[in-house]
Amino acid sequence: MRPETETELAEMIRDASGPLRVRGGGTRAVGRSAGEVLETGAMSGIVLHEPGALTLVAKAGTPLAEIEAALEAEGQRLAFEPMDHRGLLGTDGAPTIGGVAAANVSGPRRVQAGACRDFMLGVRFVDGAGRVVSNGGRVMKNVTGYDLVKLMAGSWGTLGVMTEIAFKVLPKPAATATLVLAGLSPEEAVPVLSQALGSPFDVSGAAHLPEGPKGGPLTLVRIEGFADSVAYRGGRLSELFARHQPVVETDAARGAALWKAVRDVESFHGKPGDVWRISCTPSDAPALAARLGAEALVFDWGGGLIWALLPEGADARDRLGAGFRGHATAVRASGDLPTFQPEPAPVAALSAGLRARFDPKGLLNPGLMA
Amino acid sequence: MQMPEPDARVLSRKAEIVARLREVLPADAVIDDEAETRAYECDALTAYRCPPLCAVLPASTEEVSAVLTICHEEGVPVVPRGSGTSLAGGALPTADSVILGVARMNEVLETDYENRFIRVQTGRTNLSVTGAVEEEDFFYAPDPSSQLACAIAGNIAMNSGGAHCLKYGVTTNNLLGVTMVLMDGTVIELGGAHLDPGGLDLLGLVCGSEGQLGVVTEATLRILRKPEGARPVLIAFNSNEVAGECVSDIIKAGVLPVAIEFMDRPCIVACEAFAKAGYPDCEALLIVEVEGSEAEIAEQLGLITQIARRHDPVELREAQDADEAGRIWLGRKSAFGAMGQINDYMCLDGTIPVSALPQVLRRISELSREIGLEVANVFHAGDGNMHPLILFNANQPGELEKCEALGAEILKLCVEVGGCLTGEHGVGIEKRDLMSVQYAPADLEAQMAVKDVFDPGWLLNPAKVFPLAVSEARRAVAAE
Ligand SMILES: Cc1cc2nc3c(=O)[nH]c(=O)nc-3n(C[C@H](O)[C@H](O)[C@H](O)COP(=O)(O)OP(=O)(O)OC[C@H]3O[C@@H](n4cnc5c(N)ncnc54)[C@H](O)[C@@H]3O)c2cc1C
Ligand SMILES: Cc1cc2nc3c(=O)[nH]c(=O)nc-3n(C[C@H](O)[C@H](O)[C@H](O)COP(=O)(O)OP(=O)(O)OC[C@H]3O[C@@H](n4cnc5c(N)ncnc54)[C@H](O)[C@@H]3O)c2cc1C
Repeated sequence: MRPETETELAEMIRDASGPLRVRGGGTRAVGRSAGEVLETGAMSGIVLHEPGALTLVAKAGTPLAEIEAALEAEGQRLAFEPMDHRGLLGTDGAPTIGGVAAANVSGPRRVQAGACRDFMLGVRFVDGAGRVVSNGGRVMKNVTGYDLVKLMAGSWGTLGVMTEIAFKVLPKPAATATLVLAGLSPEEAVPVLSQALGSPFDVSGAAHLPEGPKGGPLTLVRIEGFADSVAYRGGRLSELFARHQPVVETDAARGAALWKAVRDVESFHGKPGDVWRISCTPSDAPALAARLGAEALVFDWGGGLIWALLPEGADARDRLGAGFRGHATAVRASGDLPTFQPEPAPVAALSAGLRARFDPKGLLNPGLMA
Repeated sequence: MQMPEPDARVLSRKAEIVARLREVLPADAVIDDEAETRAYECDALTAYRCPPLCAVLPASTEEVSAVLTICHEEGVPVVPRGSGTSLAGGALPTADSVILGVARMNEVLETDYENRFIRVQTGRTNLSVTGAVEEEDFFYAPDPSSQLACAIAGNIAMNSGGAHCLKYGVTTNNLLGVTMVLMDGTVIELGGAHLDPGGLDLLGLVCGSEGQLGVVTEATLRILRKPEGARPVLIAFNSNEVAGECVSDIIKAGVLPVAIEFMDRPCIVACEAFAKAGYPDCEALLIVEVEGSEAEIAEQLGLITQIARRHDPVELREAQDADEAGRIWLGRKSAFGAMGQINDYMCLDGTIPVSALPQVLRRISELSREIGLEVANVFHAGDGNMHPLILFNANQPGELEKCEALGAEILKLCVEVGGCLTGEHGVGIEKRDLMSVQYAPADLEAQMAVKDVFDPGWLLNPAKVFPLAVSEARRAVAAE
């Protein structure tokens, strides 16, 4: 199924008798959900881009690349820095903006600027009963009624198929610099990242690669803005971390390559095993990582995000232990463990209740999240 | 403003209900004396008042749970209340409702600078959250003008914003987790010290749900390190249009000021008379604030003034020191007080695309002339959040109705140009009946479906947000 309009999509869902697998660019093999494939790619195109109002509205099937090019032409960007999962998941195809929103995909800058969901201003979607729903709008501040935009972000197509999304976009900075600290252990790196994020220097990336592009561990701290300001803050942070002899990378291409390695978890590419994505309290990260016994690790968000490569079938949640506060997602897994962290009973009941209301026939990616 | 008929069955059982509440709360935490319940008869939308059945002031999540369990069993509507500064009537009681105030729950539970969060009970005021972390040079970013009084509870319920949210976002962007009690007394935790949910974003759904999904008792909030410094510049123009264009150009140029505030002539005149801040005689005034080190501030202000000069400002005043900065903000910060001196006023909160600013301001002044009430505009221009203040005399019969009619026209205009009814104050009762202007029946149905899941009996703050006719069937089932 490949609807070209929202109306057509609504009809298809109303007429559907069995499960549907919602697919944007299909840059991932759609988990364990079965059913007929419903592609969003024919509902494509930028509907509105107002650079002076920092807003962009696009149909959900629009390729991410098209959106990034349009923004680039105006010196703007999606500040939440969506990752490209193709290398990690071994998929090809063109990621769509709907897939990014449905998965709430956010990269290193999430720690400073916010997640994909924080930049979503409005959505239109068709729910599992074929009802067309609009929520939010295209203005920066909107508290008119409930925030179903947040509900749709990260709902993985289980509540509705998004047809149009409005985003807040931001100007690209004039300059970027990355402090590179070599040779630290996670136990040493996380406090450094924490200190950087707790400084007044507006750090927009704080990551630790136990295995950097050249093999050795690298700890990265990014700052962005106007040239003089970046130079100033780079200098102040260098003083702060003088004991670790930081090198300041100001070359745009080399800096971008480092952050792409973090964002796309490049050190895992081509390696066998299961990929887990763990959101935690940053200072817990070194201890949690030790407990995971992973074959490879990447720390982002100052330690608040751990990517772990585990042997096939290993249960990260089991290894994290009962006291773990946060959540672990099996992003690339071979076993039959739940993809998403099971929720405590009363919360799971609310999620199930919402699913029953928005998708009463259980058509949309059934079983993917629950 | 119509409110539903109070439930006679509840009214007749008042004594029993109060007695049951007294069993689970200390004596002084249940207020049923008629003179004392008057303290809870309204919020900052003072035109509407109604004393509740009684008010309760629990001191812990457990007590909140005990209260809700009883109200659930008795079928009594509950209206959660923080500090009662809502401008939308969000905390307005009905005669058959229990006001559940969280004012006694104001403790700081945990402060963690390493992980940059604070956990508080939600009765704590917004400003005192920053107060609790200030000594380490941290702050909590959302800063509603009411921050001295308003509680985190109300901020979460309304997803409140402030002057500095252009850079730091509104409440939802700074809220990491909550402890919340559902109407049946169940206590749940959403989020925590980590980022983003593992399942559906229920936290995002709860923020801005106006006390209709649960009672939020504790919150984990993101705190940030204070910038090294901040400085405003004042730019005066001879027309609203040009000021609007200047805002748009500043944003396009890649400067992201922390605040861009806009005042029009009626507002400037009133503030000047009240606060004597020394504002220039002009049609429109911008206050743009930037942050950083001295050098960074100079760099950004240099760029902003360069852009402003291209638009022929009547005056451009850069603060040279803290004193001058204070004076630039003085007028703006006293805007509401200044209006209050002149007259009664109603503060609207519609949001528009920044590009529509000149057109909307022009239309507002036409409407104001047609209806015969003065409107002063002061607002967060960077994000298009308007605050038209309609001046009226509440003692003159018919003026409130005239004022509400003008307000409705202005809000419809905001929706027409691609904006929304409310950017930060919430719907409450004030904009309830206008919801159908912005949302189609299916849109409202989807939102109400969420309430059905969290509060199947429609007992929590039931007469708000949705037009009464639209929510009637659901509330009727609840009353049975
Ligand atoms: C098991 C697994 C877990 C993952 N976890 C994460 C994660 O936690 N965080 C992260 O950032 N990335 C994660 N990813 C990667 C993410 O799915 C992709 O990067 C991104 O979705 C690519 O866009 P796409 O258009 O190719 O999406 P697709 O792969 O086509 O779709 C992604 C998801 O969104 C749904 N979807 C697509 N379009 C729409 C639409 N218009 N309306 C509603 N739903 C739609 C799909 O049903 C699917 O569930 C994960 C991938 C896998 C396989
Ligand atoms: C002079 C003035 C200036 C203002 N400036 C701004 C501004 O700049 N920005 C802005 O956004 N707002 C502003 N406001 C509006 C108001 O201050 C905010 O809406 C504020 O967040 C309300 O907080 P409160 O604690 O007073 O809530 P209340 O008025 O007590 O309640 C507001 C809503 O929250 C619900 N609620 C309260 N406690 C809970 C709880 N524990 N759990 C669930 N729901 C709950 C209530 O039911 C109600 O619907 C201003 C108000 C005034 C009077």
